[in-house]
Amino acid sequence: MKPFAYERAGSVRAAVTAAVDDPGAVFLGGGTNLVDHLRLGITHPGRLIDVSRLPLEDVEELPDGGLRIGATLRNSDLAAHPLVRTRFPVLSRALLAGASGQLRNAATTAGNLLQRTRCRYFQDPTTPCNKRDPGSGCSALTGYTRQHAVFGASEECIAVHPSDMAVAAAALDAVVVTTGPEGERRIPVTELLRLPGDEPQRDNTLLHGELITALEVPPLPAGARSGYRKVRDRASFAFALVSVAAVVETEGGTVRWARIALGGVAHKPWRATRAEDALAGAPATEESFRRAAEAELAAAEPLSGNAFKVPMARRTLTAVLSDLTAEEPQ
Amino acid sequence: MDAHVTLRVDGEERSLTVDTRTSLLDALRDRLGVTSPKKGCDHGQCGSCTVLLDGRRVVSCLALTVSHDGAEVTTAAGLPGPDGRLHPLQQAFWDHDAFQCGYCTPGQICSAAGMLEEADAGRPSHATADLDPAARTPLTDDEIRERMSGNICRCGAYVNIVAAIREVGDVSEVTER
Ligand SMILES: Cc1cc2nc3c(=O)[nH]c(=O)nc-3n(C[C@H](O)[C@H](O)[C@H](O)COP(=O)(O)OP(=O)(O)OC[C@H]3O[C@@H](n4cnc5c(N)ncnc54)[C@H](O)[C@@H]3O)c2cc1C
Ligand code: SF4
Ligand code: FES
Ligand code: FES
Repeated sequence: MKPFAYERAGSVRAAVTAAVDDPGAVFLGGGTNLVDHLRLGITHPGRLIDVSRLPLEDVEELPDGGLRIGATLRNSDLAAHPLVRTRFPVLSRALLAGASGQLRNAATTAGNLLQRTRCRYFQDPTTPCNKRDPGSGCSALTGYTRQHAVFGASEECIAVHPSDMAVAAAALDAVVVTTGPEGERRIPVTELLRLPGDEPQRDNTLLHGELITALEVPPLPAGARSGYRKVRDRASFAFALVSVAAVVETEGGTVRWARIALGGVAHKPWRATRAEDALAGAPATEESFRRAAEAELAAAEPLSGNAFKVPMARRTLTAVLSDLTAEEPQ
Repeated sequence: MDAHVTLRVDGEERSLTVDTRTSLLDALRDRLGVTSPKKGCDHGQCGSCTVLLDGRRVVSCLALTVSHDGAEVTTAAGLPGPDGRLHPLQQAFWDHDAFQCGYCTPGQICSAAGMLEEADAGRPSHATADLDPAARTPLTDDEIRERMSGNICRCGAYVNIVAAIREVGDVSEVTER
């Protein structure tokens, strides 16, 4: 680990100014990803600006029934929040399916969204990796691809985004609020995280020194139901092979609309827009769910080691939609 | 680069100057001689370094000491009462033979202590069927296993670990009502 300066930010403004002024500065949240990366030698910042104690820990109910979630709120507190549990169960479920009790007690909302891929080659500084060391090549392309993407990959990087919460946030059409060198911005989570293209070193669309201050979740109609299902190699404490976050509203046996995001399959949460289109107005039957899932997965581009993710995602998506529509919402 | 920090470790105030790179785990073990938290993986994967930080369980290997200036740290060695009596979880681990080599044990015990408080406060887990905040979730073995999944035991003492935690979980539910 290279030496670094450490400072605790006293305010959002101070944090942003300090970071903008120093190209070697990074923000520190709970540290559960960043400290690991410092130790692994993946990243070498000259300065850590600790934002973990900024007073951005509230869950605020917005006038329209949505929620504004503070960037430094811990994942365990967010998952346990009564408003999240009752109105946005997909978010609680996704958080509870991720990491461990100890890690969720430390991890922050913003840090969770910005955690970096668990690609084994990325985490091993002795192997080439375009994300860690642009231009060095992608070891995964010619190596083990079991964990890697089936949607939206590029010639340069086939990694997947590891966050469970981000998948739920994408299905909920959530937006991050930031303060940066150019003032305040609002960025949909689906645009915050990006596909690798020819710049795999960029996980997200934030500017240097841009701080996430909140995650806003728009309201859901009373009749909507939401859920999350994660498939992994063991029952707990493992990253997703495939996961599904879905929000769906039915009326009289017909799907009014559905919003679906898949995890473990792409460099960002993958919005299944083909499936969403196929579902709008369709009968709420297992047959339509399977067809919608097939419509989405037909576009998948599996690699040598991860073709299993295609039927796995198809079945998981069908099962989640069936579960969510099993009874009419009260 | 150095920074000065003060921690309250197992009830005792400790001041020290650390390199900013020092994890809380290394500060405890190598600088303060508090060796009950163990280094299993140093990557957040095994739970053997679990401590209670301001009352909540965390892995100390991924916590930077400088980020926790002023914090209250409780390790397994700090759990016994002032009279030296074992904490109920420590006694239960003893009674149920919930270890073999013992390396994971201090982390298991701190994690269980934090976990039982979380469960008592009505916090849900991945194993909880009903997220309704009003629903009271019993601490079943499935709940214990899920909530303790951040603590790995290479000796495989899991069956007895679950039994030990179940015993204390039951008791604390009874006494709190
Ligand atoms: C063993 C292990 C298992 C795990 N399993 C899972 C899992 O199954 N599912 C899952 O989803 N996650 C899992 N995780 C990852 C965990 O969820 C993340 O490490 C955590 O959410 C990161 O949050 P943090 O606050 O600790 O971030 P940090 O490590 O502090 O920061 C992460 C990144 O975010 C940046 N950052 C932090 N705060 C801000 C801000 N306010 N504005 C802008 N940038 C910011 C940092 O600069 C850094 O680049 C696991 C982690 C470990 C170690
Ligand atoms: S898939 Fe991406 S992160 Fe993994 S080795 Fe290739 S470039 Fe690096
Ligand atoms: S040493 Fe900290 S989790 Fe393994
Ligand atoms: S008792 Fe040996 S690792 Fe758990």
